[in-house]
Amino acid sequence: MTQPLIEARELSKRFTTRLDIAERVANLFGAGLEERTVHAVDGVSLAIRPGEVLGLVGESGCGKSTLGRVLAGIHPSSSGDVFWEGRNVAELSAAETRQAQLAAQMIFQDPMSSLNPRKTVAQAIGEAPLAHGMVRRGDVAAMVADLMERVGLDPSYARRYPHQFSGGQRQRIGIARALAVQPRFLICDESVSALDVSIQAQILNLFMDLRAELGLTYLFISHDLGVVKHISDRVAIMYLGRIVESADADEFFARPNHPYTQALLAEMPTVKQRRRVFQPVKGEIPSPLHPPSGCHFHPRCPYAFEHCRIERPALREIAPGHVSACHLNDAPPTARTTNALHETT
Amino acid sequence: MTTLTIENLSTQFFSDAGIAKAVDGVSLSVGRGEILGLVGESGSGKSITGFSILGLVDPPGRITDGRILFQGEDLVGRSEREMRAIRGKKIAMIFQDPMMTLNPVLSIETQMVETVRAHDKVDKAEARRRAIEALGLVGIPSPEERLAAYPHQFSGGMRQRVAIAIALLHRPDLIIADEPTTALDVTIQSQILFEIQKLSQSFGMSLIWISHDLGVVAGLADKIAVMYAGRIVESGSVDTVLDNPVHPYTIGLMRSVPANLERGEPLATIPGMAPSPVNRPSGCPFRLRCFAATEICASEPAETIAGDHAWRCFHPQAEAAP
Repeated sequence: MTQPLIEARELSKRFTTRLDIAERVANLFGAGLEERTVHAVDGVSLAIRPGEVLGLVGESGCGKSTLGRVLAGIHPSSSGDVFWEGRNVAELSAAETRQAQLAAQMIFQDPMSSLNPRKTVAQAIGEAPLAHGMVRRGDVAAMVADLMERVGLDPSYARRYPHQFSGGQRQRIGIARALAVQPRFLICDESVSALDVSIQAQILNLFMDLRAELGLTYLFISHDLGVVKHISDRVAIMYLGRIVESADADEFFARPNHPYTQALLAEMPTVKQRRRVFQPVKGEIPSPLHPPSGCHFHPRCPYAFEHCRIERPALREIAPGHVSACHLNDAPPTARTTNALHETT
Repeated sequence: MTTLTIENLSTQFFSDAGIAKAVDGVSLSVGRGEILGLVGESGSGKSITGFSILGLVDPPGRITDGRILFQGEDLVGRSEREMRAIRGKKIAMIFQDPMMTLNPVLSIETQMVETVRAHDKVDKAEARRRAIEALGLVGIPSPEERLAAYPHQFSGGMRQRVAIAIALLHRPDLIIADEPTTALDVTIQSQILFEIQKLSQSFGMSLIWISHDLGVVAGLADKIAVMYAGRIVESGSVDTVLDNPVHPYTIGLMRSVPANLERGEPLATIPGMAPSPVNRPSGCPFRLRCFAATEICASEPAETIAGDHAWRCFHPQAEAAP
């Protein structure tokens, strides 16, 4: 098997709010306030092979964006390791770290908040390669024009400001800016979610063209299974900081294993289903401040049994390349049906 | 009798840059207990159509033409006082962002009791009872306790349920829902759609569901109207329009949805982008992006009606179902 371009092993990211002075004083009087910790990413292992598109799907607050940011080197991890081309990034030299960080670029959901409104398009795109000495000052203009053309923007707009563009065009600027430092790995964090469908289709096609032309590897983060199904080679599902299932796209959509995945796929609205009877998953996504014990999904799971409340299920291979974290896979084959019956009676 | 009939509605905004024809000759109707899906991309005028029905278009915009017949009576030109008696009582609206309807510094109880008493002369205890009942209807657990909470204490999905409960307080005959589930997660969206479907069936409530998501509309609505640049370009029953779309824009929209295709196939895109509302091309507003456009499209396309299916196009694509 080829070496992964980037790999996370037991990666965790915790955010802790420290007690302020008033709260510490209150504690002296027995208020019993505690530091609150959010396990945004909780022991995630994930490998992305060169040239692969990995779709990372989850609902809001599941930690998918945080995972993307840790992989991009924007956030440091709390524990666990990230390997870039088989080497632990914590052990790289300063120059090598910079190389690895330049090679992984991020494209955000809202280009209006990730583009500086007071910089022209040419400045936004040309700034990074110039700062990193990848291009000479005299050649910047030609390079910007080339990049703008590549992402489908008219190079004569180079002196315009972000507000003079439409949403779809702004997203193209964000893509051109990411491409400017010749990355090999793009992390797209809900990059098409805010766009109208006809514009979304244009941007998705652009991502696929770029992949074919430049051999890019993608981590495609989205809550939209339809989009992910379209673009991904492999899909991973995240729920409350943990990967609960991952498989090649065809296998994933044909044989979803985890009850959460099955629910998500059942709820995915499609044009083909008319006047359907909605059968929603009960309950809401629990707060990551107080995640449920054992399997995080057990309070909402129709098949949950006693063991699910106690022990965290491990990601286990259930078919070649298909992993799922569910205790039902260890239970006797009849357990699923009997538990489901038990639930309905 | 239909609950709502809109005839040739035009709403325009008069700005320094010119006249923006946000809604440009829209006609539609919604029967009792019927769900109409109003589909279009941003800037197509679908929200302004909703605002026009409720008389919520603020200057520099105003309704310049057409009639809005609600239960047989025209709402256009009604005084603010008359509209206030209808808004919330007979017609209610749900917005995409529930924080737009909820006051962050008042408890849910205060806001709901206020809404009840705005239209009905009942005492606080009765108003409170109705509030609890409405919260229960939309699936909020232990409504009696949750009544005392403030909007920020609810999650996004729960807040949207509260907004829907407020809209339901007076059992309106028509609810206009403007992208109410767009900001929500898939599992939460399904919960809301489930409640809406149940309520519309049990109370015979009519619903205009404004959305850009064809998948949601396909699953929920009875009828569908596709808007582009202020006009309804195609309308009909959900099955007719989605199985046999004839307008090139509807076809383009359906082909742009990734879920309708095999994986990895390039998506058929609609080239270009929607025209600015102050500077629309003459004739069919879609002609500059349309694969079927010819010279005749520069003149105004008339509406063609075939049974329950209607469209405005010179080149309907009968065999082009995606």
